[in-house]
Amino acid sequence: MAEISKDKLPWVYERMRLIREFENRAAKLFAEGKVPGFVHLYAGEEAIAVGVCALLSDSDYITSTHRGHGHCIAKGVDIKEMMCELYGKKNGSCNGKGGSMHIADVDKGMLGANGIVGAGGPLACGAGLTAKIKETDQVTICFFGDGAAEQGTMHESMNLASIWKLPVVFVCENNGYAETTPSFYHCAAEDVADRATAYNMPGFVVDGTDLFAVHEAADEAIARARRGEGPTLIECKAFRYYGHFEGDNMSYYTEEEQAEQKARDPLDKFIKRVVDRKLISTEKLEEIDARAKTVIDEAVQLAEDSPYPDLDEVMTDVYVSYQEVMP
Amino acid sequence: MTTRTITYREAINEAIRLEMRRDPAVILMGEDVAGGAVTHLEKKGEEAWGGVLGVTKGLVQEFGRSRVRDTPISESAFIGAAVGAASTGLRPIAELMFVDFFGVCMDQIYNQGGKMRYMFGGKAKIPLVIRTLYGAGFRAAAQHSAVLYSVFTHMPGLKVVAPSTPYNAKGLLINAIRDDDLVIYLEHLVLLDSSGPVPENDYVIPFGKAEIVRPGRDVTVVAIGRMRSFAMQAAEELAKESIDVEVVDPQTLSPLDESTILESVKKTHRLVVVDEDNPRCSVANDIVTLAAQQAFAYLDSAPRTVTAPHTPVPFSPPLEDAYIPSPAKIVAAVKETVA
Repeated sequence: MAEISKDKLPWVYERMRLIREFENRAAKLFAEGKVPGFVHLYAGEEAIAVGVCALLSDSDYITSTHRGHGHCIAKGVDIKEMMCELYGKKNGSCNGKGGSMHIADVDKGMLGANGIVGAGGPLACGAGLTAKIKETDQVTICFFGDGAAEQGTMHESMNLASIWKLPVVFVCENNGYAETTPSFYHCAAEDVADRATAYNMPGFVVDGTDLFAVHEAADEAIARARRGEGPTLIECKAFRYYGHFEGDNMSYYTEEEQAEQKARDPLDKFIKRVVDRKLISTEKLEEIDARAKTVIDEAVQLAEDSPYPDLDEVMTDVYVSYQEVMP
Repeated sequence: MTTRTITYREAINEAIRLEMRRDPAVILMGEDVAGGAVTHLEKKGEEAWGGVLGVTKGLVQEFGRSRVRDTPISESAFIGAAVGAASTGLRPIAELMFVDFFGVCMDQIYNQGGKMRYMFGGKAKIPLVIRTLYGAGFRAAAQHSAVLYSVFTHMPGLKVVAPSTPYNAKGLLINAIRDDDLVIYLEHLVLLDSSGPVPENDYVIPFGKAEIVRPGRDVTVVAIGRMRSFAMQAAEELAKESIDVEVVDPQTLSPLDESTILESVKKTHRLVVVDEDNPRCSVANDIVTLAAQQAFAYLDSAPRTVTAPHTPVPFSPPLEDAYIPSPAKIVAAVKETVA
């Protein structure tokens, strides 16, 4: 497989930095009481979403999870609209009606963050089925967590995708914890990827904090899917900096784990590699950092200044059409 | 147009066939919708079953196994895949073999298909029909006989259709397939072999439009699905005693044609609702509430409901027969309203 092209690297870094900035800011805004509801942050897992989505176009699909901001940003969903959505504002991605857990942009191929763990597997099979029946070369990525790996829907979906040879890539983001329950406790397998054997598909374990490793594995899996050879399971081992949701005190993390995280930071790793190999200059990286900060600042400002949806929005968008409505 | 007598089963099959011919985006998927994907049958272009009770027989011959897809017994995966396919450009018809199996895939129906459009601020549509067998009287026991349309009617984002005759089975299904929302289409087990006149061509029956099956002056009887024919039998009995019953078949439960029901109640001043579902939080009670809230001043007596009891469906034939609402129970309920 070809290594990620040098031209693509600034885009890749920018996406990762945007995710990190977005999430750090979302944590702050939640703590300040400005973002209501449940917020699940992706910081620490940036290399997975970006490493995979770097290989996709708008016409390819992804299904996401409750921890979906990173997937959105990697897939090109408008960041200002995302921030407005977190605030519940009218000009959010979903007109403020979805919130953090349901951000979606079907036109960008983003079929929704999802509040139900493991629910994306069947939906990804469906998007794959559309591509197969319409004979397009679209591929669908199903991002799911190590917690979702224990849901029946994921087992059913991997089996279905395999027997139907659907152009779907299952990307397990193993951040070590299903909410607060560690992987070794909830998963009977050594690695989630071991299960690929049972579904007769290739399975790989990669370092989910190494963008280049993720990208290489995804490149092979996506090419296989586009060739009509069926699904692949990639397990990306990573970690998350924040808790399951904001407000989680993270008492289950040991000090050793936290120290280890710093050493595995996906952005630091990326920077070290590209600078060592002189693929991007330090100045260029700093320029991207500054731009990312500005983008997030502007998004927050817009969200602050934007109006809430009109109250009649409560009643709209339930159906495309509905003839009679109960009082 | 030519009209001939065919069964409810054939009417459903014909609706699917016509729509699959008309629109290549329409596909059919479910457990054994063709059946027998084995070489000796494939060579002959045959299927083993064509659905557990033969409703989809013959479709795989015409449309092939790409568009008529047998699924594994993984209701969550294939109902969810149908939702995903609908949101990305196909118009799937997914068969949930028996409605009692809703419990194994409800998340995909309720949290995914039913809420996606709303959660996404109107930026998605789910043109999906979930066909499912329901109803008691088939000696199929507690896990293959429930009605459950009240459950789906309760849920925003779903449309619920309960055809009662071959004619409306075809027209409502064609409308469901062309509709851009998620439709739960309920096929009554006992009605599959019932027959009636059905035009050969395609036609649609709109949602939210009740049918006045029998006009009458004295009592409105709203009857759903198989209960329509029971209500008609009861009406014939009651006519002998000079009680003139108006039978209204809602045809769709979500949306519900409230105005036709209310107009009928305002005319007859009495209401009986016949519903094969369990009685608590039911469509029957919903319709009584509608009349109580919007036509109270017109009512001359308390509305009555004739429903199944608050129990699962029993297996033993005499017990099952006692469980199902009957024409005799409808007659008794109507008499209570005119007493």
